[in-house]
This record gives sequence, structure tokens and C-alpha cells, in this order.
Amino acid sequence: MSVTSGVSADDQAEQQAQASPPERKQGSTLRKGEGRLGLYLVAPTIILLAVVIGYPVVKAIVMSFQKDPGLDKATGMFVSGGSAGFSNYTHWILQRCGTASCPPGTLGAEFWDSVGTTFFFTAATVIIEVLLGMWMALVMNRAFRGRALLRASVLVPWAIPTAITAKLWYFIFAYDGIANRVLHTHILWTGGEWASRFAIIIADVWKTTPFIALLILAGLQVIPADTYEAARVDGANSWQRFTMVTLPLVRPALMVAVLFRTLDALRIYDLPAILTGGGGGTGHSTTTLSILVVDQIRGGFNSAAALSTLTFLLIFLVAFIFVKFLGAHVVQTQQRQQKGTI
Amino acid sequence: MIRRTRGFSVAMASLGAGVLLIGMGGCSSGGGSNTAGQNTNARGPITYVQGKDNNNVIRPLIDQWNASHPNEKVTFKEQSDQADQQHDDLVQHFQAKDPNYDVVDVDVVWTAEFAAKGWLQPLTGQFALDTSALLPTTVKTGTYNNTLYAAPQASDGGLLYYRKDLVPTPPKTWDEMMADCSIAKSHNMDCYAGQFAKYEGLTVNAAEAINTAGGEIVKSDGRTPNVDTPEANKGLSMLVDAYKNGNIPQQAITYQEEQGRQSFESGKLLFMRNWPYVYSLATTDGSSVVKDKFGIAPLPGLDASKPGASSLGGHNAAISQYSAHKATAFDFVKFLESADTQKTFATKASLAPVIASLYDDPTLIQTLPYLPTLKTSIINAVPRPVTPFYPAVTEAIETNAYAAIKGDKTVDQALKDMQAAIKAAGS
Repeated sequence: MSVTSGVSADDQAEQQAQASPPERKQGSTLRKGEGRLGLYLVAPTIILLAVVIGYPVVKAIVMSFQKDPGLDKATGMFVSGGSAGFSNYTHWILQRCGTASCPPGTLGAEFWDSVGTTFFFTAATVIIEVLLGMWMALVMNRAFRGRALLRASVLVPWAIPTAITAKLWYFIFAYDGIANRVLHTHILWTGGEWASRFAIIIADVWKTTPFIALLILAGLQVIPADTYEAARVDGANSWQRFTMVTLPLVRPALMVAVLFRTLDALRIYDLPAILTGGGGGTGHSTTTLSILVVDQIRGGFNSAAALSTLTFLLIFLVAFIFVKFLGAHVVQTQQRQQKGTI
Repeated sequence: MIRRTRGFSVAMASLGAGVLLIGMGGCSSGGGSNTAGQNTNARGPITYVQGKDNNNVIRPLIDQWNASHPNEKVTFKEQSDQADQQHDDLVQHFQAKDPNYDVVDVDVVWTAEFAAKGWLQPLTGQFALDTSALLPTTVKTGTYNNTLYAAPQASDGGLLYYRKDLVPTPPKTWDEMMADCSIAKSHNMDCYAGQFAKYEGLTVNAAEAINTAGGEIVKSDGRTPNVDTPEANKGLSMLVDAYKNGNIPQQAITYQEEQGRQSFESGKLLFMRNWPYVYSLATTDGSSVVKDKFGIAPLPGLDASKPGASSLGGHNAAISQYSAHKATAFDFVKFLESADTQKTFATKASLAPVIASLYDDPTLIQTLPYLPTLKTSIINAVPRPVTPFYPAVTEAIETNAYAAIKGDKTVDQALKDMQAAIKAAGS
């Protein structure tokens, strides 16, 4: 991270401000012109974002407060449902279908299960990927023959589109597939409750670990070699060098990697959708929130809009917690680095 | 820089989450103005919309039509080969009231939804279609609320594939088939498989079992669920018991059409329920070891007097409410229904005809030897529920049948839940 450049920019600004108070007025009018120019330059982007992001998001929220069209029993035709209040939200959160609770076999009954599944996938994949990614990054950071080849080949899984990854693993995990033959097992990888979940975790770890590894590698490479030399001189063994030099210094990069992966994993759709179709176990053991949204779209837009708004809020909450608590660590670490307390 | 990273992360987070919402924004609910009486006599160029034309059969047919109708030319709009994508594409164009989607090809299970949304021109009055020559079960798939909304265009029914080298006479009843499973055991093969993975195929197979045993999914009004009955219980129990005792192998719970076909073609499966498309593949595939060792029969019934009740596949042709040239569109639908066109579909694309007499046509039987068996299957078939809430209904059937077959719940409980879930689907 370019802490120093940030500081020097501040210093420059301060110096300028101190050095040339008379020019301030002139400078500020110039700034005004610049501001207007800046506005003009930014306007197209803002308008574009408002159209392609702002409008749909607002529209989805408005839709989520309307009822899905119901059937007019007399004509057999759909009629628009009118205002729904919060009923689309209570449908999901309280699992209410009409006046009764949603029976098994309705999407409403699957909401909390999918929340659990989504968070389980997120926790499991991120933890495994960070541990493996850290190890891979440490290996790639060493100087040895064939390092460039290793770095390139590690990227291969990440370069393959997820849909293709999912299909590849679908064949590997077929009953007559390679996985069962190599392991001499008869596991129903796409049918069992935990087997199907592990199948997805394995495929996701295979695909995404390189991404984490590269982000961590980038963090490792900015650690100056002399800090290690100093540690060695002080008599630190390799474990101490790892926990007391490498880990604290790589933490900012690590946190960014974890944040990105977490948010990505929370919206996971393509891998389970193709690998297991959201099935397995009880029939929805691998249904994530995004899969549930897509399923619901065919059954009613307004209810699906409420579900995607809920998903949005959940992910936003997680992101907020991350930035609020772990983000603070990033800042602290760098401040401490600056002060030279580590 | 630190600040920026943090702000950037939040922005990325909200952006990522927002993508989910964006998918929703473009959609708005249907319903609305009645356009049934508009453009009914108008003639002019039209567009025909259909999923991917794998066998290149549509374009030559349209060329043929265009040659004789220079002022009412048909343009072919080809969709993807994925059913879900075809469905969503049609929904979007109907919502936009696109006048350029004149004649559309709809899967049998979407017909009710599109009709209830008011998107399809009812085939009544001047659009009345003569359905007397058609197989009655196929007409049912295009009928919603006692009104025909879509003309049957291609049908499909389930067949029982069996190893004639091991089982000389195919079983007529489910019990006979289960008894024949001892043959499979002695040859170290699996006995029976259908489509039991949790997807649309399971709805097809579960509905077949329930209908064969004399039960029904919904009452004749198409809305009221009726699966909590002794007959339905008997039907679903056939599958559940066979899975429990191993006559249906444990991996069949992951089978879609293709996995079953591969197992059958590699000689590992004695009986298989599948669609007619398997016939030519199993006879010609290089990897097939059963090329001249298999036969086909109607699905086994409850007793020998009546074969099993297949579910119906296939497509119907419908006229959009928003079409600008409905008179031409109707003529084109009749052209698709004509015996000549149906024959072309059958010979060039192996599509099962909807005209009853074609199943007895000797030249057709020569190219498609399974036709007489398929006719029995389709005549005895029961369409899947014709309901505007089909996605929710099929989810209710799939989920609960899957849980019952796996033994996660009792058949009684599964049917009670299925009943409640189908009911909730329509509320």
C-alpha cells in the first residue's frame, strides 16, 4: 500500500497552503471552474450508473411491496395483486404461505435453509481457501527454478469459466465418475446431503484458491527482505518470522482478499446451479440464496424482488461488519507500521 | 489510500449485492388489456419463434411456405436450446407486447401460464381449429379453462426399454417387472431406472407412477390438488419400495435422461423408462453394446389390462395476442398441423406426430419403428397438471417425491406435504 505517497501528497498540499496564502482566492476560482468541468466529465458516468444500477434497484424495492398477480377464479385469468405491504417479506422471513406456514415443497419453506447453506459455503470455502492460498503464496514467493511456470499454472483453474469448472466436476462426481473410481467408493456426490455440499466446496476451493494466493503473493512481495534479515539477526526462528513478520505485514492484502472472497461466496450461484442443480439431500441441500431467487423469478417477480432485496441486505450487512471491524485493523496495522511499533 | 480501499470495498460490496437486484428491476407484472379482438383479419409478414432447430427442419418448411405465400412471408426467430431460456425469452417479449412474436412454440407445461396471463389468442370463433384428427391427450395439453389456446405441434411419451436377449417378453405390469429383477440380479446388472434426480424429470416419473396406479395430481379443474389418496399412495410406493429393495439402484437418484441411457447402452441396466430419442442412439452409438439386444414396450401398468400412464412431453404452437397479422398467423399454425408437415417433423427430426393416423402409416413406421408402441403410450398418457402455477406445482411434486424415494419421509407424509404445497402454489 502506498502509505508514503499518501503522506507526501498531504504534506505537499499543506506546504502549498502555507507557502501561498495570497494565491488562495485565485486558486479557489480556478477550483470552481475545475469543479464544474469535473461535474461535466463525471456526469455521463453518473447518469449511466443511475440508469443501469439506480433505477433497477429502486424498481426492485418498489416491486417487492406489490403482490404477485393472482388468479381470478371465475375467468381463470391473472389479475394484478395490488399493494402487498410487507407480506412478501414476511412470506420469506416467517415462512408464511397465505395464512398457514409454508409446507415442504414450496420455495418459502426453503428460505432459512438456503441462508444457512449460503453462509456455510461461505465460511467453509473462505477458510480453506485462505489457508491453502497462504501456503501456495509462500511457496510461490520463494526463488527456485520453474517459479514462473508454477505461478502460471496455478492460475489455470482461475482462468477456466465457472460454468465449465462446474460441468467438469459434474463429470468427475458422477456415480461412474473418476472420483468414485479413484477412491473406490460408491458415494452419491450429487445426491447425498453432505456429499453434495462437499462436492461444491471442493470444486470451489479448486477454482478460487489461486485468486487468494495471488492476492496474498502481491502482499508478500512488498515486504522488504531486510525485515527478515533483521528478524534472523535477532534470533527469530522460521515460525516466529512467519507469525511476527510475515503475517502482520501481509494482513492488509489478506483482509482485502478475504473481503472479496466472502462477498463473492455469498452470492454464489453458477457452481451449485450447474453441479447439483441446488439439489442433494433433502432436495435443496445446496440451494443458495441466489438459486432461490432465480427459482422464484419464474413463480412471481414481486416475491422474487423481496427475496433479492433481503439477500442484498444480508450481504450488505456482512460487508459492513467486515469493513467496520476488519477494515479498522487494516488502518491500525498501517498506522502502527508507520510509527514503527512493529 | 487506506480510506479509498475501505470506501472502495463498501462500494464493491454494495455493487455486488446490487447485481442481484438488478436482475429483478426490468420485470414487471403482466395482466392487463384485452387484445383478443384485434388484428384478427389482418394479413402480412409474420415471425415464428421456436427453440434451437437441431435437425434443420424448420427452415426448409418455412421456405416452402414462403414460396407459396409471397405477401405473407414467415421469418424464423430461433431461440437457444435451453428450455428455461426459451421460456424467459417468451415472457419478456410478451410483457413488452411485441407485435413481432406472432406464432410461438410453447412447451406443453407453459401453455396454461401464458394463457392465464392473457398472452395467447384463444383458438375459438374464426380461429377454431379442427382437432378431430389429433390425439385427444395432446389436445388436453393446449387446453386451459376449457378453451383451446395452443395447437398441439409435437408430442412425446415415455417408453419402456428392455433387454430382449434377457427378457423375451416385456413385463406388462409393474409387479411383473419387479419379478423380472431376479434376472438382473443373476446377471449382476441394475434392474430399473427412470429419471429420479430432483428436476423436472422426477415430476414426470412420479406423476406417471401416481397416474398408473389410478391416482391423480390435480382434479379435473386443473387447480385442486388430489394426491392425498390411497391410489396416489400406491403409485408413489411402487417407486419408494423399489428404491428401498434395490430394484432401482441407489445411484438412480442422480439420474437424468442421459445417465440412464448411458447405463442402458453399456449393458448395465435391464429396464429403463425413457423418451423415444434413445431409440436411434442406442441402435447407432459406437459405445452401445446393446444395439440389437433391446426392445421397446409401453410402460408397465397396474394390471395387464391397461398399460402404464405416461406423462406427456412435446410442444404446442400458439398465436400471440399482440400479433399484428393474426389471420396469417392462424394459417401458418394450420400449416404446422397439416399431415405433410407432421410427417416431415417425424422423419427429419424424430418428433412424435400429433395426428393419430400417422402412427399407422407404414412408411413412417419403417423409419421410426417405435411409432406403434409410442402411440399406445401417448393414447394412455396423462398430461402433467395444466396450471398457470406450474413452476411451483412441479417444485412441490419434485421435492416431496424425492424425499419419499430417498426414505427421508414416509409416503403418507410426502403426499400430505405435496398436497399442501400444491395448494399453496395457487394461493
